[in-house]
Amino acid sequence: MTPVLELENVALRHRGSTANVVEDVSLTVEAGHSLALVGESGAGKTTLLRLLLGLSRPTCGSVRFDGAGLSPRDRTRMRDFRRSVQCVFQDPYSSLDPRRRVGAIVAEPLRSLGLDTRATAAPKVAATLERVGLPADTADRYPHEFSGGQRQRIAIARATVCHPRVLLADEPVSALDVTTRVKVVDLIAELKQEQGLTLVMVSHDLSVVASLCERTAVLERGHIVEQGDTAQVLGAPTHPYTRRLIDSVPRLPA
Amino acid sequence: MTLLDVRGLTVRTADGRTLVDDLSLTVDSGERLGLIGESGSGKSLTTLAILGLLPDGMTATGSVDLAGTQIVGATEKRLAAVRGRDAAVVFQEPLTALDPLMRVGRQIAEPLARRTCLKGAALREAVRGALTQVRLPEPERIARAFPHEISGGQRQRVALAMALACAPRLLIADEPTTALDVSVQAEMLDLIDSLVRERKMSVLFVSHDLAVVARVTDRALVMKDGRAVEEGAVHDLVRLPREEYTKALVASARRLESALDLRSAR
Repeated sequence: MTPVLELENVALRHRGSTANVVEDVSLTVEAGHSLALVGESGAGKTTLLRLLLGLSRPTCGSVRFDGAGLSPRDRTRMRDFRRSVQCVFQDPYSSLDPRRRVGAIVAEPLRSLGLDTRATAAPKVAATLERVGLPADTADRYPHEFSGGQRQRIAIARATVCHPRVLLADEPVSALDVTTRVKVVDLIAELKQEQGLTLVMVSHDLSVVASLCERTAVLERGHIVEQGDTAQVLGAPTHPYTRRLIDSVPRLPA
Repeated sequence: MTLLDVRGLTVRTADGRTLVDDLSLTVDSGERLGLIGESGSGKSLTTLAILGLLPDGMTATGSVDLAGTQIVGATEKRLAAVRGRDAAVVFQEPLTALDPLMRVGRQIAEPLARRTCLKGAALREAVRGALTQVRLPEPERIARAFPHEISGGQRQRVALAMALACAPRLLIADEPTTALDVSVQAEMLDLIDSLVRERKMSVLFVSHDLAVVARVTDRALVMKDGRAVEEGAVHDLVRLPREEYTKALVASARRLESALDLRSAR
């Protein structure tokens, strides 16, 4: 089966810099096998996510979607890509436009991808907001009227309203309190199940990774040091860096 | 001996909303208390009220007795004598807690000079000592650096060195590791634990994370919507929470943690 997204021997170096931010990274995202990118700040997790989203282009190596490269000039293909791959960001306070109503925010992908008009988008928006567990009047209100957890639900609604195949999420729950975190993790798990959504998640929270992703890749300073099934990587780590990450997780007293 | 005695602390905004409601807590000399709560529970405001640092427009009523000084209603002059000597604080975000335009060495030198009256080479040596003691490598280089030139973990160590510079009797740590990576967090918690033990300091440790609090303190107070919900030994709170809210907190933390366990068991 062709992987949905694929990175092959990818390296990225910023202009003017001498060192690569990520180097020699190969990853595949197959449908139904959610992937976690794990590592500490500066390891290159977000850089990989940007590459997968087509927001940056690699210095060398290739990024492939459905088996073929991406070219920003190919409008039809980019539109197909954007429809298939959507994203959720870490900070629910800065990722929603404060001056637009939630209904317009969530309808944005439908309208910019040319899938719907204002009139035909409205029922889809309402259904999606209901699906992520928000009250019916949400569409007419503004982001500031909602709590952090509710805002992250709005961001998830925006990302899933066009029924993408892949959801890229950059630390989607780390800004949330623990009780809210559990609920949003549950929501993402349900969406995976119901809509056959494949998740690619950047996180430093290993328990969230273990709850949501079948596969895990561990990044240290721009290199992948270990990747495989999450149970294998987190349960029986072979690389000392992975082991150190797991040992550092604070645990509740028994 | 009681070092910090908070009785009936209430914090209100100018428009009359109550953000901390009739809170009482005590910290004895050498004792460590954890303050647990989610965003909006009033835990950070409580720490600010203890230091007399409430933002403009908020008023505190009740009593905060810190090493014999009544903080509520005290003059700035009175408070200046208490801060640093009786209690010092490490905030959550080291990037905003440090002055971006001042070299790290000078930022530590300021409280040190105030307490010890050292000058010149002796003061520089003391700064070096303060940086070494929070286990920063290459103290000379760090002292010359600006905050943006060092990593988040190093910045938080600098903030801790500043707080410890005046040898406070009470260290207040407000989510000191929330902005840090998990392995850096583990090192920071160990560091706080050992420094506090060596100096027999008291600690008020604020966090939303039960597991983190359990690493540092033995006793904890759970807060919700400005009120104390439950207080007790951390082990008891985790094992046999009495209140619904504490139960929900523990259950959430356990749920996430169990995901890790299931995987490792296979």
